[in-house]
Amino acid sequence: MTTEFQEYRDRLKCSFGQLEDVFDDCIKDALRNLSNQGIEDYLSGASMVCMIGRGFEPVLDYLEEMPGIAERLDEDMLKVISQAVWDMSRTPNGNSIPPFMQCLPEASRRLGSSNQMKKFIEIIFEMMHATTGSIHGHHTTFPSPGLPDLLQQIPYLLSQLSLEGLKNWIDYGVRNYNDHPERQRDYFILQSADSKAMLQRERSGTLYMDHERQLDLYLRSMWEQHEYLVPYSLGFDELRKPVPYYDNMGMRIPDVYDDLNGVSGINRYRIALAHMAGHKRWSTRQIADNLSPFQRVAVEILEDSRIEALMLKEYPGMKKYLLALHPAPVEGSCDNEKESCVLHRLAMLSRAILDENHGYQNPKILDCVEQFHAALKDSESSSQEMLQIAISFTAKTRLQSDLSPNIRFEDTIVDYRDDNRHMWVFIEEDDEPEDMQAKPQETDEDKPEGLPPRHYQEWDYNTTSYKPDWVTLYESLHPPGNASDIDKILEKHAALANYLKRILDLLKPQHYVRVRYQEEGSELDLDVAIRSIIDFKSGAQPDPRINMSHKHDGRDIAVLLLMDLSASLNDIPDGCTQSILELSREAVTLLGWSIEQLNDKFAIAGFHSDTRHNVRYHHIKGFSEHWDDNVKSRLAAIEPGYSTRMGAAVRHAAHYLSGQVAEKKLLLILTDGEPADIDISDERILIEDTHKSIEELSAKGIYTHCISLDKKADNYIQDIFGSNGYTVIDHVEKLPEQLPKLFMSLTT
Amino acid sequence: MSNQDQNIDIEQYKISTEPYYEAMGDEVALYEAAYAARMPVMVKGPTGCGKSRFIEHMAYKLGKPLITVACNEDMTASDLVGRYLLDANGTRWLDGPLTTAARIGAICYLDEIVEARQDTTVVIHPLTDHRRTLPLDKKGELINAHPDFQLVISYNPGYQSMMKDLKQSTKQRFTGLDFDYPDSKVETAIVVKEAGIDEAIAAKLVKIAHTARHLKGHGLDEGISTRLLVYAAILMNNDINAKSACHMALVTPITDDKDIRDTLIHSIDSIFA
Repeated sequence: MTTEFQEYRDRLKCSFGQLEDVFDDCIKDALRNLSNQGIEDYLSGASMVCMIGRGFEPVLDYLEEMPGIAERLDEDMLKVISQAVWDMSRTPNGNSIPPFMQCLPEASRRLGSSNQMKKFIEIIFEMMHATTGSIHGHHTTFPSPGLPDLLQQIPYLLSQLSLEGLKNWIDYGVRNYNDHPERQRDYFILQSADSKAMLQRERSGTLYMDHERQLDLYLRSMWEQHEYLVPYSLGFDELRKPVPYYDNMGMRIPDVYDDLNGVSGINRYRIALAHMAGHKRWSTRQIADNLSPFQRVAVEILEDSRIEALMLKEYPGMKKYLLALHPAPVEGSCDNEKESCVLHRLAMLSRAILDENHGYQNPKILDCVEQFHAALKDSESSSQEMLQIAISFTAKTRLQSDLSPNIRFEDTIVDYRDDNRHMWVFIEEDDEPEDMQAKPQETDEDKPEGLPPRHYQEWDYNTTSYKPDWVTLYESLHPPGNASDIDKILEKHAALANYLKRILDLLKPQHYVRVRYQEEGSELDLDVAIRSIIDFKSGAQPDPRINMSHKHDGRDIAVLLLMDLSASLNDIPDGCTQSILELSREAVTLLGWSIEQLNDKFAIAGFHSDTRHNVRYHHIKGFSEHWDDNVKSRLAAIEPGYSTRMGAAVRHAAHYLSGQVAEKKLLLILTDGEPADIDISDERILIEDTHKSIEELSAKGIYTHCISLDKKADNYIQDIFGSNGYTVIDHVEKLPEQLPKLFMSLTT
Repeated sequence: MSNQDQNIDIEQYKISTEPYYEAMGDEVALYEAAYAARMPVMVKGPTGCGKSRFIEHMAYKLGKPLITVACNEDMTASDLVGRYLLDANGTRWLDGPLTTAARIGAICYLDEIVEARQDTTVVIHPLTDHRRTLPLDKKGELINAHPDFQLVISYNPGYQSMMKDLKQSTKQRFTGLDFDYPDSKVETAIVVKEAGIDEAIAAKLVKIAHTARHLKGHGLDEGISTRLLVYAAILMNNDINAKSACHMALVTPITDDKDIRDTLIHSIDSIFA
């Protein structure tokens, strides 16, 4: 130990042998960046990190990184972080200390202020406390399963999310996977689907998914094109960043654009699409085989410039965006001796074409720009002409150093331009041996039967936010049974049916009704007119409402009856001889029969669920079907099973109801209990979610009414359906009689 | 009824100054031929493309009075034919516009006929075939239409719902003329003439209209009409800058859909650099 920094070394209480090798360098760095007080904190902080007993690595990280972090943010970071490491070491999460130390430099760069950084550390600690396991609530004994993974993802996460977004994303994972260590890890290493979905939602910048329609409208309106837009993610650390392109399958664009140089994300999308749409409109394919790679690049650049020039002729207002987005390479910044300046030269050429105030002096570039403008002066020119100009430009500007592997890329990337793969035709297949070519894979997978599953969001009252695509719903036609069973029910209830029929006849729409006492109307109402004249002649004030008019009075209503088919329907209530299922079936039979008489649009569906991954929605009667044997046989076959995840079924029913054209839309829900499912321990969650789904429906103009057979329903039903949106039927055996009556009173 | 005939001031229905109309095809000749035979005509086309203007123009050209009725869904047969009103001496019959037109030999133009209730449209039937009569049931009178009388209806097949289609029995009494927005050149000329604006600006306005017309069916029920273009141009003539004028005349009236608004605003922004 022969260090001139002995004094400092003595103040650092740490005896790892490896320390001696690095201490001098670290302290030099620290002395350069920190104040005296800072040095003090630095050394005591390092001593503290040394004391935690997690080996030399955290100490080294601290010594190496802290001067930089403190310099970037604030010197109080020195204390904050050593304290944080110390606190972390007092929990079972010692294994997270190295990744914590490692994520700090990147975090400090991203966050940029000591306040932000403190908040960040707070968020990490909250997560740690929430996920660290405990026994009997006293000792925290199990390390957090997700924390090390989370810390490893921090640099990427911070590149995508604001601190707020990060917090939401972490909270979501903690809330939903706290009791499942494996899934928690999947979430925090960004493996699981909802982890990615949440990330996408919290993301900063302009998201493609939020603006899909706008972009589609843009292409349609300004380019008269309709393309499939396929987003790709820039989030993965690939060697080659993907760029926009298009082919027969559609246009590929990034899934998110941040604002850049004062151009908003949405305008960047528009420019990228405009460029591709321009290619589609004006570019023709060229044969690539005879050109060298350099020539091809030059052709592409000139063709891109031509597209932009034509685009600006049509839409001059786009110029300001192009100028802002197109890089402006500085002339002379590329050294021909040391590096290859091919791309630099072409970027200058492209800039010079776009921007008349480019100020470049290179005569060859100026000459080429002139040639370009001459070609486009009175015509659209052509891809072929660009190819000629490009070849001559390449020939004139060719340099030995162009071939150098050391290519200058700075200021040459025009990120709204696509990769021009559509421009080229290769006459000869590439010269690789044939067996190297990938054979198209046989895609002969078994197709799933029935309709594809649908995903619905679910409301989480804890966070007052939706869990995206949380519930998977499968729909199918209910398998048929014996239709005559239903006819027997009608026979059995013949007396009730007769009674209903009388009421129904009264309800039947009277198609043409008079509206009397109108000031303006189609006809004179003689009775009133004569009375008015008498009044008038006798000096009294006559009634001016002497006309009458006619109006149509029809029922225009669509009803969907959603039956809860959960296992509890098998119960036989006290004092009854039939199960709830049988009673419900009788009730629905009478209701279906009645509605058929009224000619209202009517559908019946049943649902049950077995966790969020499997909500079954059975079609029993469609809107366009009549009350015939097919429908009856399906109704006869309904069977109870599983649980009641109502929200998703309600949303799906709403999907069908909103497709109906009717003045009034009614969703009737027939259930025997509260919403529940076996993967949910907190019963409020599904109650609140169902309530939310009912709100969504009423926003769509669909009226909901619940008929509950649960005597204890008063505890929750008002929370779901509001004070007027439900009827509790206490005597279940009366259901067959009550249901049709209820329907009629609801709809008159 | 001769005393009532004298009461009608035919001149008020005549069009005194020539309405500007730019022909898009042979519609003028077709209409003249139809009028010569007093054939009923229906003109179809999107809103604001010049249907009403065309009829005014033809009425002026032929020198005939024109009675226009804007139809709405509360309109009843009596609103067209006429009704009894009360006055001090009891009741008095008042002719409706259709009856007036049939008496004086005017061109009766029922604008947006599908908006009217279906029972209303049936009353025009006897006037539109060989009978050329109009029975006034309530009054007990049968009017034989004046030799110059002609019935013209317009309707916009674009935005009406399926419920509001004309009956076949009504449709098949008419000959039809199809209207659409004029092509760019003609439309530019119309905007120049109507608003007295520079041709370059008019061309830009027409281009904006085209971008909006591509969105029909994707959230817009109708594209930007020629009429709105003229409004925008007039606003610009009153020293409103181009973008605000377009915003006021071309974007705000036609949609409340934010995505479409943003798209239109962007296109205005791109076209008026």
